[in-house]
Amino acid sequence: MPAPVDRPVRGAAAARAGSEDRAGHDPSKVRLHVVTGKGGTGKTTVSAALALGLSRQGKRVLLVEVEGRQGISQTFDVPPLGHTETRIVHDRSGGELWAISVDAKQSLGEYLQKFYKVGRAMGLLDKFGAVDFATTIAPGLRDVLLIGKVYEAAGRRGRGGGLAYDAVVLDAPPTGRVVRFLNVNAEVADVARVGPIHSQAESITRMVRSHTTAVHVVTLLEEMPVQETVDALAELRAADLPLGAIVVNQLRDPLLSDRDLAAVRAGRTGSLAERVTADLSSVRVRATATVVGGLLADAAEHADRLALEREQDAILAQEGRLTVRLPLLPEGTEGGGISVLADAVAEQGMI
Amino acid sequence: MPARRTAPATAPGLDLGDLLADQQVRIVVCCGAGGVGKTTTAAALGLWAAEHGRKVVVLTIDPARRLAQSLGLTELDNTPRPVAGAGAEGGSLDAMMLDMKRTFDEVVEQHAAPDKAAQILANPFYQAVSSSFAGTQEYMAMEKLGQLRAEADRTGRWDLVVVDTPPSRSALDFLDAPKRLGSFLDGRFIRLLTAPAKAGGRAGLKVFSVGVQVATSTMSRLLGGQLLQDVQTFVAALDTMFGGFRERADQTYALLKAAETAFVVVATPERDALREASYFAGRLDEEGMPLAGLVVNRVQRVAAPSLSASRALAAAEQLADSDAGTTTSTTATTEGLLRLHATLAETADRQQRQVARFTAGHPGIPLVEVPAAAQDIHDLEGLREVATALTGG
Repeated sequence: MPAPVDRPVRGAAAARAGSEDRAGHDPSKVRLHVVTGKGGTGKTTVSAALALGLSRQGKRVLLVEVEGRQGISQTFDVPPLGHTETRIVHDRSGGELWAISVDAKQSLGEYLQKFYKVGRAMGLLDKFGAVDFATTIAPGLRDVLLIGKVYEAAGRRGRGGGLAYDAVVLDAPPTGRVVRFLNVNAEVADVARVGPIHSQAESITRMVRSHTTAVHVVTLLEEMPVQETVDALAELRAADLPLGAIVVNQLRDPLLSDRDLAAVRAGRTGSLAERVTADLSSVRVRATATVVGGLLADAAEHADRLALEREQDAILAQEGRLTVRLPLLPEGTEGGGISVLADAVAEQGMI
Repeated sequence: MPARRTAPATAPGLDLGDLLADQQVRIVVCCGAGGVGKTTTAAALGLWAAEHGRKVVVLTIDPARRLAQSLGLTELDNTPRPVAGAGAEGGSLDAMMLDMKRTFDEVVEQHAAPDKAAQILANPFYQAVSSSFAGTQEYMAMEKLGQLRAEADRTGRWDLVVVDTPPSRSALDFLDAPKRLGSFLDGRFIRLLTAPAKAGGRAGLKVFSVGVQVATSTMSRLLGGQLLQDVQTFVAALDTMFGGFRERADQTYALLKAAETAFVVVATPERDALREASYFAGRLDEEGMPLAGLVVNRVQRVAAPSLSASRALAAAEQLADSDAGTTTSTTATTEGLLRLHATLAETADRQQRQVARFTAGHPGIPLVEVPAAAQDIHDLEGLREVATALTGG
């Protein structure tokens, strides 16, 4: 089992540090929820559940994706999203869920128009390849534009003068890239030392570092995702980014008692097999040796996996963060699964 | 209840052992969405080939720490190193981890005169581009692939290069990055940036149209004068080696289309990962790049397939009812075993439906499934087990 050898062991000290991290941190004050995680852990699903849960509290919520994957439209089974904010859910509580798939090029156009009134220059810049340069090649600029749109939406005022959105949920890049993505200022301020891009980057950094922002990390109870989660939390702390919850996704129901799990794991199944055979026969299941052996073999593998999950859980516990646990959805997010998860994140105090 | 099978009836089975044993195959590229096990697949294929007589180098991009350790990759030094305990029948296994910045530096050093190279390497804009330019990792992975392939020919050290692809936003980025850089370098924008510097600053501007002046002044306002100057210096310095860059991007692209190359698309039996795989298969087809087949990792298996999920669930409920109030620990155990079986069997069925959907959209693409392991893979023994599944037992 991997002890995190190259990193100081965290325990009570980490728990204390955790509460310091959270000083003044109140989930109800968070307006920007940033959701990251290793690829394949379900960060889009968790973002969707979080946004849906918030809308059920009667809030106006914007769910944002920045990598053009169309994960939101697939999760909610709505037509592909574009760079226009679209309402996808209207809750009975009066809450609304809006969604957008941010496009860097269109953000650049909006940005030019807003700050320079030179939206017209876009065509010209595009002709010279400067738009491609800004949106795909220039270091960090693409991220500034993408998160700039999030910043704009989060701070936008509605007609009544109040904020247009009560909360914004960002389905962010995976753990390996999220700190760089959120910490645009570090790179951009270095390269563009003065000028409007510099000040825009600084405002964004102020927003993402404030207590109204929380960065949540989604993980599975498997070695690699947990390792990446621990690494990401350390990186986020070092970058002064406000941590939110650890979300443990796709948890399996143990289904068997600890004693049974230990027995099948150790292969002490002799008498167990006999009793299982008798039980199966009593409900008229053909209890061949293959069937009974198969059930016990699968149980042994299940027990191995649960044991591994517990070890990984213990590693996460050392982080001293709020840990939200979401069940494995047998049918995936199809069939109302998002709704189950939305209730779970609310019940467990994440929002 | 369908019998246990390795692939849906409509997809031909993929035996990667045949592919790896084929001496004509010199490059295997593993690609797919993030988190599907690309690196593990690449390492397992490399190990199997090395143990069947081939001289292999595996290029990994971002391996999990323990997998890296098992391959002897304790530091990111951009150099292939032999993997201890791997190799048989005259075969050998080397592995390396990509250092994109160092790879970029090496390209500069190789293609520019020493004084010019030093100037480029010290430029702040270059330093930002080489470590964070969107697509640098993708481009450098392909650059490194080209280098390894060339070294294989030159020295005979390897006869097979297995390459993992970067965990991109889109799995297709590594195909597009070289072209994107190429078109950037060939484009008008570069000329816009370089022309004033080449023509001797302000005087040069006179030859420009009004459009160009508006474009440069807008850029200057956006980026700040200092950055624009850095960019101009950088681009002017790189100008001499653009030909080389462009040529290499084209060569790499040609290499990916060559008959000696095989792509292996990796996925898990989940909707999103298979959709990425589907895009990829379509894209490779469009580009005329050779797709060997699809690897589906982490497939749920059930050890008692004759018992259906619904039958198991019904029996579990019957047991719970019959013993209500007086439930003995044994019937509770049996009930738990049945419920577990039902869950696993349902998962397995759902996964097979997802895979069948892929196959329906891409008939004829060979496919191999790798059963889910209870533990993560982080040693050669674990890789051998994966390789066994990949090569048809």
